[in-house]
Amino acid sequence: MDTGSERPEAIRAHEDAEPVIALRGATASLGSRPVLRGVDLTVRRGEVVALLGANGSGKSTAVRAIVGQVPLTGGELELFGTPKRRFRDWARLGYVPQRTTAASGVPATVREVVAAGRLARTKLGLTRKADREAVVRALELVGMADRIKDSVNALSGGQHQRVLIARALAGEPELLIMDEPMAGVDLASQEVLASALRAQVARGATVLLVLHELGALEPLIDRAVVLRDGCVVHDGPPPEAVGQHALPGHDHVHPHADPAAEPIRTGLLT
Amino acid sequence: MEILNPAFMQRALLAALLVGITAPAIGIYLVQRRQALMGDGIGHVALTGVGLGFLLNTSPVWVATAVCVVGAVVMELIRSSGKARGDIALAMLFYGGMAGGVMLMHLSGGSNANLISYLFGSITTVAEEDILAICVLAAFVILTTVGLRKQLFAICQDEEFARVTGLPVRLLNLLVAVTAALTVTVAMRVVGLLLVSALMVIPVAASQAIARSFATTFALSVAIGVLVTVSGTATSYYVDVPSGATIVLLAIGVFLALTALATPLARKRARRAADAEKHCTLEVPGTPADDVRVEA
Repeated sequence: MDTGSERPEAIRAHEDAEPVIALRGATASLGSRPVLRGVDLTVRRGEVVALLGANGSGKSTAVRAIVGQVPLTGGELELFGTPKRRFRDWARLGYVPQRTTAASGVPATVREVVAAGRLARTKLGLTRKADREAVVRALELVGMADRIKDSVNALSGGQHQRVLIARALAGEPELLIMDEPMAGVDLASQEVLASALRAQVARGATVLLVLHELGALEPLIDRAVVLRDGCVVHDGPPPEAVGQHALPGHDHVHPHADPAAEPIRTGLLT
Repeated sequence: MEILNPAFMQRALLAALLVGITAPAIGIYLVQRRQALMGDGIGHVALTGVGLGFLLNTSPVWVATAVCVVGAVVMELIRSSGKARGDIALAMLFYGGMAGGVMLMHLSGGSNANLISYLFGSITTVAEEDILAICVLAAFVILTTVGLRKQLFAICQDEEFARVTGLPVRLLNLLVAVTAALTVTVAMRVVGLLLVSALMVIPVAASQAIARSFATTFALSVAIGVLVTVSGTATSYYVDVPSGATIVLLAIGVFLALTALATPLARKRARRAADAEKHCTLEVPGTPADDVRVEA
């Protein structure tokens, strides 16, 4: 694992912030196959962390363990400083699961799907005016407000993904966890999502996202954690080369970024 | 309205009305999570309850309710455990329930006519002591499906997401299963156990053809449900035909009519949407709405 002494500004800026996610020595298996083999991952308040790795490296399992959808067989997990088993404050967290469609077996409008994200706050109670406004705001952030009354069945692939992200934003979360939000999304939609994310970061949100490659989000990422075979093999600045070269399936991981290149990334956060 | 004079018809029409509301109201959630045949499974299990009721000489409705609830909870547990061969386990439950019902019915000395009336429904059999049970159960189903519609929508739309929002997903799933079981027993006298599931699925499928939102689909499904159950029950009073079969055939008729109507409607909507986007491209080239259209 790489923890260079000359840490770039983007990472130093958050070193004193409280950890929002603290995963220590996490192990997990799917069936009898160990998928996480001692993963340490700390995400501090205000950071944007990308989890990278080839297919089967455990990155998806890691985030699903963090949101409680995969049980840990060992290690510790704290969310907002509270051990996972005592954590109940789910409204502080927005989650975008890995899926390619917002549709289900029955027609639903964009508004109805996004409103489900507000249930983290309303739970079993009534929906108020503030809740309806939050839904509209979330859709404005992803540039879909004009489609609010449309059926989700009428949307393109990239628009489905934007609706799923709006659903996570509707709860106005402090921590946003996204599992491959860019899967099957064209470049134009990626730009829209990048600007939505930038707005979240500007208001102080913390972001952890699983990515196959950095793509349009590259300038937003403070730190990249690369997994290979269920172990962390890099934790530091985003790998300089993107695409195939960033993946651990490729022979080596670029350990250091050129510090001179860093100020581009920090501008949004300071 | 001479149809309202006989007491058995008053009971039959009230039961039909309640079935028309409750079956699509819970059915929409089952269809939403692609479990359309769950009602069918519960219907089979209910037959064991009816047989048990005859054997114990107690009200078949209440015993069937208890057995259905147990069967539905078992089905939900099999589903949520995500066992790879869940379909086989469900099949065992279906056929076991059916065979158990026939066997118990035989042991209790019940007649075949009795069995047939439970399988396919018969309006003359809505007994006076059943009507209170049907009303209480229907009230529970309506309160659950309408009162918790946002929560049930969320768990049926994306269960994993619903769990991360902190909703009591396991409890709500069990509630869906129990509510479906209660609906089966509400409906069994009017449409019969083998045709119950049709009323949970067909009105929803018919509404889907023209509705764009979940709320419209819900309202329209219930409207179609009431329309076919009440008119089907009335038809079987005037013309001597079985009520269950009449209701289901009427529902299929509505489905076909709406589907035929929907094709030109969908074409019109698509054309309007295409026009709107073309307009947008001309005035503001390069807007996101314009660009994302590249995708299939």
